[in-house]
Amino acid sequence: MSDTLATDPAAGAAAAGGADAPPKARRDWERYFRWMIEANVVVVTTLAIVSALIVGAILIIVTQPTVLHAWGQLFSHPGKTVSVTFFTVGDAYRDLFTGSIVDPFVFGHAVRTGQGWIAALTPISETLRETTVLSLAGLAVALGFRTGVFNIGAQGQVIAGAMAATYVGFEVHAPIGIHVPLCIVAGAAGGALAGFIPGILKARTGAHEVIVTIMLNYVILDLLLYAITTQPFQQPGQQNPISRTVPTTARLPHIFGPNLRVNAGIFIAIAVAIAVAWLLRRGTIGFSFRMVGANPNAARVAGVDIARATILVLTISGAIAGLAGMVQLSGTDYFLSSGYGGNVGFNAITVALLGRNRPLGVVLGAMLFSALDVGGRYMQGTTTIPLDLTQVIQAIIVFFVATPGLVNEVYRIRGRNVGQSTLTQGWSA
Amino acid sequence: MTTVALPVKGEERYVSSEARIISDARRRGMGIALVLISLLMLFPFGVDVSRHDQTTFFLSTGTSVNISPLTFGVRGVSIGLAIACAALGVILFATGRFGRVFVIFSIGIAMFLWSFLAWAARGQTLNLVGVIGVTLISAIPIIFGSLSGVMCERAGVINIAIEGQFLIGAFLAAMVASASNDLWLGLFVGALGGGILGALLAFLSIRYSADQIIVGVVIVAFATGLTNYLTLTLLAPYQNTLNAGYVFGNWAIPLLDKIPIIGPDVFDQNIFVYMAIVLLVAIQTGLFRTRWGLRVRAVGEHPEAAETVGIKVLRVRYRNVILGGVIAGIGGASFTIGSIGEFSAGMTAGLGFVALAAMIFGRWRPYGGLVAALLFGFANSLQSTLAVLNVPINSNFLTMAPYVITIAVVSGLVGRVRAPAYDGKPYRPQ
Repeated sequence: MSDTLATDPAAGAAAAGGADAPPKARRDWERYFRWMIEANVVVVTTLAIVSALIVGAILIIVTQPTVLHAWGQLFSHPGKTVSVTFFTVGDAYRDLFTGSIVDPFVFGHAVRTGQGWIAALTPISETLRETTVLSLAGLAVALGFRTGVFNIGAQGQVIAGAMAATYVGFEVHAPIGIHVPLCIVAGAAGGALAGFIPGILKARTGAHEVIVTIMLNYVILDLLLYAITTQPFQQPGQQNPISRTVPTTARLPHIFGPNLRVNAGIFIAIAVAIAVAWLLRRGTIGFSFRMVGANPNAARVAGVDIARATILVLTISGAIAGLAGMVQLSGTDYFLSSGYGGNVGFNAITVALLGRNRPLGVVLGAMLFSALDVGGRYMQGTTTIPLDLTQVIQAIIVFFVATPGLVNEVYRIRGRNVGQSTLTQGWSA
Repeated sequence: MTTVALPVKGEERYVSSEARIISDARRRGMGIALVLISLLMLFPFGVDVSRHDQTTFFLSTGTSVNISPLTFGVRGVSIGLAIACAALGVILFATGRFGRVFVIFSIGIAMFLWSFLAWAARGQTLNLVGVIGVTLISAIPIIFGSLSGVMCERAGVINIAIEGQFLIGAFLAAMVASASNDLWLGLFVGALGGGILGALLAFLSIRYSADQIIVGVVIVAFATGLTNYLTLTLLAPYQNTLNAGYVFGNWAIPLLDKIPIIGPDVFDQNIFVYMAIVLLVAIQTGLFRTRWGLRVRAVGEHPEAAETVGIKVLRVRYRNVILGGVIAGIGGASFTIGSIGEFSAGMTAGLGFVALAAMIFGRWRPYGGLVAALLFGFANSLQSTLAVLNVPINSNFLTMAPYVITIAVVSGLVGRVRAPAYDGKPYRPQ
């Protein structure tokens, strides 16, 4: 069935024409509109988000005691049932939005009175701040995927980068113009080292990068726990597992004043996204990366040194993930603690896949995920609905985006990219 | 239905890329490694230890046949083992003719471990039965996980979602067992939950040709989010009714549990250990000795060819992926109703990914996965043993041990592995 639907827009429009075809002008407009719906990733993504929100709403309804209670009175007080359901779900989603993008009332108040700009801009600032870190980590994973390397180790590489940046942060004393770049280099180097290990092992001994990166995640996490409970990392005079705080000279400056946490890391993320895009599109190394990813045998025949490409891509990927750790540390946290990084490394995989491994896509995907995270934390504070709801919503969005065929069937759209090719390369051993 | 005309028995010879070929360089490397290890045994564990230090290894527990404990001087035994180990190393380095390289290497490593444990426990006692028991128990979820992976991937569908199936299995098993006061129902529903996620993976990746790795990763995220959410909204408020923590008891198998040392460890356990053993044997035999297995492997290696001889490729894939999900669901249930009873958010702690690594490590074979799982379990057991013995090693380095050992083994011994040729590739019937 899906195959018969997979017609291209021109053919579809021609078929829609026929004996009493509409005037030409209208057909052009119709063809354009059809193309918008059929081929546009935006439509699929939007419908994916809508579907995910519907599933989320159902989850809220079946787990919130107040709503369930109201449904128990469906026959005696039907109006109450509807209103309680509506308002519980509505409040949750309103908070999800106002907590991550902007609260129109607070914003309007700020515009009218000139007061309270900080409160009005905090949500979007937080979203951007998280986007920075997540898009860097996502770019790291996406670069690997494009080369047929599955880097599950972003989590460890993020931590390694943050540790290296912390060390340089508290050990080196320099003015901010030198100190911050040093931290950036250290963060990238720390992550690069964590990426180099699976790279060299894969190239030299054939150890599969999936195994090595998974294991390294745990090793690095344990190293972090060791470091923050011993000198020189541990905060002197502290029993708790936290590191020294980096001085102000090692911190990424806030862009819009001290009260909004969005920081200069955003420029690092933009630069890296452009660099990755350039590398893959124009660079010779990037071309060899893509060749290895698309067809390793052909690449070998064409003279690409696959071992070198593997080492290089895992090292660069690690360096980018290390930058994510550095930005998180120097931009927001300023010290290390146990469980550092949350699950940014795992989200990075999802974001890379959501963004179809394209740099711009990854950044947009990271923005969406960050908004849901930031809004989810706000929602958790104002309602009784746990933050984890947003993780379910995120997952369902990617389910639908990854299977456009499903969206097309559910919403009865004439799909174009049914039977799309795969983005990843299996085990590519 | 046509029968595939390939020899079933001893077909290993025809799949040359899967045969275990050890290069001379790798064999020599192993020899050098054994000699280096023997130096470690000779000095820190041997010569440097006081002449009077003794270690006692207990070889039985209360229920099993009583074997008198083994008490020996650490110094003499370590020096003796060091010499033997060095000799094995020299043999390995010089020639590969004396038996199988892996066997010799493993004997050397076993000597090292004996000497290391003797050194670590000097002046104290150590129960070897306990060490083996913890090894097996820690290996159980990984065995289930890697079996799940083998089932799916031999049929050509990558199952990254093992971690998610673990979580759902653990959650549902704990909740249903607690709510219905029926452990078997809990186990059934836990397995069913894993199976449903398996079906979701199969549906999206087979029906819609979605990227299998994406779907797998997303299933993990979905299951993590869902179980975290439901833990906070359901299990926490109704802890007593929905998360009371019922656990399967142990059943001793008569006679077998009297086998010295391993008897109580293997044959006086709960249902999960027995299920793991049965599934291991069944899947290994099934995959490599039956018509079903040949068909499954044909689907994973060359689906067009399989279709040509009349195998229903998509049906095989659906069935295997769903069964794989069920197996992972059972593995998940072992986290709750198989060991500690209560579910807590994120309790599988990434072991689903470790199981994935174990499956790759084991070259997509059940027994290979078993070896990997036992290795991981042993490292885990060693870590807790050393912690109890107060060995002066930082606890963070001890927790790191299983992962470092896995990396070392994967890069030193296992080397390059080859997945089924069509693993991860969607198939559309012509």
